[in-house]
Amino acid sequence: MEEFITMKDMCHIYAAHDGNQVTALDNINLSIYSGEFIAIIGTNGSGKSTLAKHLNALLIPSSGQCHVNGLDTTDPANLWAVRQVVGMVFQNPDNQIVATVVEEDVAFGPENLGVQPGEINVRVTEALNVVDMEEYRYHSPHLLSGGQKQRVAIAGVLAMRSNCLVLDEPTAMLDPKGRQEVLSTVRQLHQEKKITVVYITHFMEEAVVADRVIVMNSGKVVMEGLPAQIFSQVKRLKELGLDVPVAAEMSYRLRQHNINIPEGIITDEELVMAICP
Amino acid sequence: MSIILENINYVYMAKTPYEKTAIKNINIEIKHGEFVGIIGHTGSGKSTLLQHLNGLLKPTSGMVSVDGQDINLNGEDAQRAKRSVGMVFQYPEHQLFEETVYDDIAFGPRNIGIKEDEVEARVKKAMDFVGLDYDQFAKRTPFQLSGGQMRRVAIAGVIALEPAYLILDEPSAGLDPRGRDEIFGQIIKLYKNTGITVVLVSHNMEDVARMANRLIVMNGGEISLDGSPIEIFRDCQAELKEAGVDVPPLTLLMNKFNQCGLDVDHTVIAMDAAVETILAAVRRR
Repeated sequence: MEEFITMKDMCHIYAAHDGNQVTALDNINLSIYSGEFIAIIGTNGSGKSTLAKHLNALLIPSSGQCHVNGLDTTDPANLWAVRQVVGMVFQNPDNQIVATVVEEDVAFGPENLGVQPGEINVRVTEALNVVDMEEYRYHSPHLLSGGQKQRVAIAGVLAMRSNCLVLDEPTAMLDPKGRQEVLSTVRQLHQEKKITVVYITHFMEEAVVADRVIVMNSGKVVMEGLPAQIFSQVKRLKELGLDVPVAAEMSYRLRQHNINIPEGIITDEELVMAICP
Repeated sequence: MSIILENINYVYMAKTPYEKTAIKNINIEIKHGEFVGIIGHTGSGKSTLLQHLNGLLKPTSGMVSVDGQDINLNGEDAQRAKRSVGMVFQYPEHQLFEETVYDDIAFGPRNIGIKEDEVEARVKKAMDFVGLDYDQFAKRTPFQLSGGQMRRVAIAGVIALEPAYLILDEPSAGLDPRGRDEIFGQIIKLYKNTGITVVLVSHNMEDVARMANRLIVMNGGEISLDGSPIEIFRDCQAELKEAGVDVPPLTLLMNKFNQCGLDVDHTVIAMDAAVETILAAVRRR
C-alpha cells in the first residue's frame, strides 16, 4: 500500500498556564497508508486529539515533519490542499454544524472550495445518499438526533471529495443506536469507497474492526499492530488505563485457569468457537 | 422520606404543530437510601423525567412531592424541598464559570446564604469526596484542568450543597475507562458513606447493573420495567431490546455460549462470576 500520511520525528510542544512547556506529542514516527482503517486508543491526555489535528494542519509540528499526500503541512502554501484531502469529524455534533438546513451544511465545504453550483448539487446528493440522510436534505439540523448529525458532518467531508476521514471520538456523545449508525457508515465508506479512516475512540469494540490499532500514552505511540495482537495484551492495556473487549478479557482469564484457548481472540464469535467447537 | 411522582404527564409545545407528549402516566416513588438506575434510548423521556425531580419542569398534569412537600407550589417550603435534590447535568464541566476551583464549588452554598467559614468546610469536604487535593487545586482556574478533573469540580459543586438526593445524568460520558472508573468509584463511596439517595441515568447498562439496586427502564415516555437489575437482566432481555438499550457485552457473550449449548448462567453481571460459571460448565462436559 502507498503511504498517504507520514509523520517523522514529529513533536508538539506548547506552553502551559504556569509557563512550563508541555510535550503533547513526543517523537511520533508513524505512517498511514492509503485505504487503511486505523484506530487510535489511549487515555484522556495521551495526545490522540493533538495527533489528529496534525493530520489536516489544524496544528503543525513544533519539530519534525508531517507529510499528507506528499505535502509538507508546515508550508502555508499547502494548507488548503491538505485540508481538502483530509476531513475531520469531531466529538460534539453541535460544534460542527454551521448551516440551518442540512443540504446547506453539506454544501459549505465545496462552496468554500469554489466548486460550481451544479456540481455542488451533485456532490451533496451523492454524499447524503452515502450516509443515508437524503430524506433529511431539507430538514433543520438541530432537530436531528446525535447520530444523524454526525452522519451529516461526514457527508460534509465527502462533499469535499476528501479521501481521508479523521474522526475524533465521533460516538462519545451518542447513544448505542447512534454509535452503531456512525460506525457502520464509516465502515461502509472504508470498504466501498476505499476512504482512508483514522478513528479515535474510547470504545474498544469499535477499535476491534480496524485494520491496525495504535495505542498512545503520554504523547508517544506505545503499541501498534493488528487488533488481535493489541487486544490480546490484556495486562499491558489495563496498566495503560484502557479497557479490552470482553472476549479478550474472558480469554485471558480462562487461560489463567488452564483452559486451552488460542492467543489473539478478540471477538465473542472467536471465543465461542474456541470453547464449543 | 422519598420523592413521589404521581400521574405525571408532560407535553412539550402544547397547542402547536410540534406538540409532543414526552412522558406519560409516570407513577414512581424513589425511597430514601435507594440507588436507582434509569436507562432508555435517546428520546425515551429520561431527561424530561429527571427535570421533574427538582422542579426544573412542571408537569402538565400530576404531582411531584419531595419528602411530603409538593415542590411545584409557591413558598419557602417548596423551595427547601427542591434544594434537597441536587442535579448533575450531562457534561457538567461546560457549566463551570468561576475563576478558581474553590469559588466554583462555593457558588452554590454561598448562593443559599451559608456563612463563609461553613462554605470553606463544605468545599474542602466536597473536594475530598471527589478526590481533588485541596492544596493543589483550590486556587487554580478550572478551565485548564483535564476533562475528568473539570467534571469532578462540577460534581463537587453539587455535593457542597449537601443534597439528600443526588441526580446524575450520564456522569461518565466522554471519559476514558480510568476516568469512568474513578467517577463511579467516588459516587459509590459517597453513597455508602453518607446514605445519600442516588438516581443515575446512563446508556451504559453495565455501569447501572454494577451499581444500582433498582433499575427503571423508560421506553416511549413510559416506564416499561422497574425492578432489581439482576431480575431485569435475567427475565426481560426481550423487553430491554425492545426499549432500545444495549445489553451489556458480557451478557451478549454469555447468551452466545448458551446458544451453542454450553450450560452457563447467562444472568451474571460481573466478570468473576462469569469466569466461574464458564469454568464450571466446561468441567461438567
